[in-house]
Amino acid sequence: MFGYYLDLALRSLKRNRVLTALMVIAIAVGIGTSMTTLTVMYLLSGDPLPGRSGHIYYPQLDAETGKGMVRSHPADLLDYTSAHDMWSSGKADRQTMTAEALVKIQAMESGRRPAMTDALTTTNAFFAMFNVPFRYGGPWQPRDDEARSRTVVISERLNQQLFAGGNSVGRTLRVDGNDLRIVGVLAHWRPSPRFYMVVGGHGASDTSDLYKPPQDIMLPLSTALDLHSQFSWFNCWGDVDPKNMAAAACEWVGLWVQLDTSAKHSAYLDYLRDYDAQQHSLGRFDHAPNTRMMSLMQWLDYNQVVPKDVQLQTWLAFGFLVICLCNTVGLLLVKFLGRSGEIGVRRAMGASRRDIFMQCLVEAGTVGMLGGLGGLLLAWFGLWLVRQQTVAYADVAQLDPMLLLVTIVMAIVASLLAGLLPAMRASRIPPALQIKVS
Amino acid sequence: MRIDIRHVAAALRRHRLATFLIGLQIALACAVLCNALFLLTGRLQLMKMPSGIDEQNLVVVSLQGTGGDLGRDTLLRVKQALRGIADVASVSMTNAVPFTQQAGEIGFRSVLDDPSYNQQGHFYVADNDFIRTVGVRLADGRWLGDDEATSSQSFLPISPSVLMSRSYAQRIWPGKPSLGQVFFADGVQRRVVGLIDDLARPNPEPSALHNTVLITGSNVLGQVFVLRTAAPSRDRVLRQALDAVAHVAPEVVVDLDYSGTLSDLRGRYFASNRAMAGMLCGIIAAMLLVTALGIVGLASFWVQQRRRQIGIRRAIGARRSDILGYFQTENFLIVTGGIAVGMVMAFALNIALMKLYEVPRLPLAYLPWGAVVLWVLGQLAVLGPAIRAARVPPVVATRSV
Repeated sequence: MFGYYLDLALRSLKRNRVLTALMVIAIAVGIGTSMTTLTVMYLLSGDPLPGRSGHIYYPQLDAETGKGMVRSHPADLLDYTSAHDMWSSGKADRQTMTAEALVKIQAMESGRRPAMTDALTTTNAFFAMFNVPFRYGGPWQPRDDEARSRTVVISERLNQQLFAGGNSVGRTLRVDGNDLRIVGVLAHWRPSPRFYMVVGGHGASDTSDLYKPPQDIMLPLSTALDLHSQFSWFNCWGDVDPKNMAAAACEWVGLWVQLDTSAKHSAYLDYLRDYDAQQHSLGRFDHAPNTRMMSLMQWLDYNQVVPKDVQLQTWLAFGFLVICLCNTVGLLLVKFLGRSGEIGVRRAMGASRRDIFMQCLVEAGTVGMLGGLGGLLLAWFGLWLVRQQTVAYADVAQLDPMLLLVTIVMAIVASLLAGLLPAMRASRIPPALQIKVS
Repeated sequence: MRIDIRHVAAALRRHRLATFLIGLQIALACAVLCNALFLLTGRLQLMKMPSGIDEQNLVVVSLQGTGGDLGRDTLLRVKQALRGIADVASVSMTNAVPFTQQAGEIGFRSVLDDPSYNQQGHFYVADNDFIRTVGVRLADGRWLGDDEATSSQSFLPISPSVLMSRSYAQRIWPGKPSLGQVFFADGVQRRVVGLIDDLARPNPEPSALHNTVLITGSNVLGQVFVLRTAAPSRDRVLRQALDAVAHVAPEVVVDLDYSGTLSDLRGRYFASNRAMAGMLCGIIAAMLLVTALGIVGLASFWVQQRRRQIGIRRAIGARRSDILGYFQTENFLIVTGGIAVGMVMAFALNIALMKLYEVPRLPLAYLPWGAVVLWVLGQLAVLGPAIRAARVPPVVATRSV
């Protein structure tokens, strides 16, 4: 029966090409726009660390002293002393510190001019905790963190730039005038957002910079402190000696901990509170205790990472899709009722209402299928347009195989929904009257 | 024209569902259109926001480097070299200019005994060439004297005298004369000695455009150099400035992201806004297209269905213009109904967006614009089918189908 309906549908669609084209275009444009925005939204709001993110936590406390800004939430980063104390306590299954520094790099052998770049300064556990893939070599060792070794890990991109993609492990990179030995080269790694360094998103009007690709160079935080790197900070409140950030009255270090069981999670919460209380009694903190520990996804939510423009676009695009569907309902109605005579004859010859209804739905589904294919082309073009923008997430906007399927399914489901009402109307056409009239 | 609206309405009542659908589509289009137009004008206005400086004649060179690279000697050498470029009227060293990186966001107190910072703004810290170089305009009070460019203690120069953007001062001290007000920043009591026509933040956004303070220092360690030249020489001056830096300070890296003519910097800063504006235009255009197609489709169907009736009307004396007018009136009625519902929906959508994304309230003025656009669109879309209807010869009436 389905084959027969499909045949009828194709004949009917061919008969009134203009109307068919109008419907297909409406669905294609609606689906194309909404799939473009939905793809961007989906890629930006996904879990950057699937399977692992539920065990990753971000402890925070209020380390600021004196008459400063009174915050209802603890600052986004920690002072070095607190971060280092908690990190070295080793209370979590894994723990790492993260901070960013602006450094000057130069590959000694390549003879290029020096360039400034953001460096991730962290500890050995970072790479295992966040499943960072390596192409050559591997992370530095825990003893390198202690010994402030002159070691560095570089990104795939920088390796391509400086060493033409070859195995550069063991070669030297000059960072702020010091020679660092390359111990590892990353394979392609493009988390979205750059989740391990999400700072300042809460309340910001544009969060697209949180989607920058990972830093091109990564080195031990202890080493960077030794080299007096130019760290970026979130908040400072006292005298700051940039050469001694470890003692500065600044919040500039993030601490990530991995807690594999809920027992460990509650134990760590207790530890965080105890640590805060202890520092108060030592007189190092003087603001009201304000500790907090969010999971990775909670932290991303709190920072409202998905740019508001992207969300707005998605809403508008779906509003637009509803308009397109409304349009399709109207046109399908016109099309089906325009064939009242033919339907009357079919009914008179024994087709049941159900048959007519199904036949109309098949026709609507066919229109949806064609519109979906058109929409796919438009979405592909739309994503190309997004990639031409100068936003930090532009390179992430690629058509996803999953979303490819979603597009077609959505187009068909949408057109079936749109076809429901007109098909019902068509199936109620009384057989005899129509024959009489014609 | 003798078109009785009651007749048109009576005919529509026979096609309730189709009429309802096209009306609903118009209503939804009206709701989305008004909001999209509103968001679009917001973006366009933001992109045109005044910076308070003489943008046409300015070139910016931003340096990057480690603390050691950017010692005061190096910075002065760079400034000297930039000043020597032909057609450069003056050069200033500053921590930032509009559309570069934020470099002086500081919390301060406007009340002495307030336990915490109650204000936060961007402090431009510059040498005393800044004012004549960038072309800030004084609205009230006086300029800073050369002797008021003092040495720095920690973040800010110790000088008590500052200039402040006029609208910012009015916001901090509402209803009071802003001139002469004092506040406390970086441990020093500061006095507003002059109000300037609003000077934009380096990173303006709708909620914070002009919250800026200007203070001059004698030993500024600014990494941003701003050069005043004449608009036609901008591109050459930029090239020569980059060469000059490479020549006198080869160890310093120029931050190309934040170097260029000020028009370049503005363009780069608003790139994502431009993208959003483009997206909004795209949605608006596609929506109008689809709505028009819907009207064309439905109207064509009705014309086809009513060929006989049209023929009869023509046979008993209706002119072509009557037929044309009939379909246009019909379209006008449907679109008007849609717009009426659509205006309510536009406000509902706006309230939802306000809650979710801090979008401002939709001004009433957008509704008539949305209505006019949809009326015109409807009339244009129905024109084709209506003309076809008007061409139906009276003889059709005599034929049976």
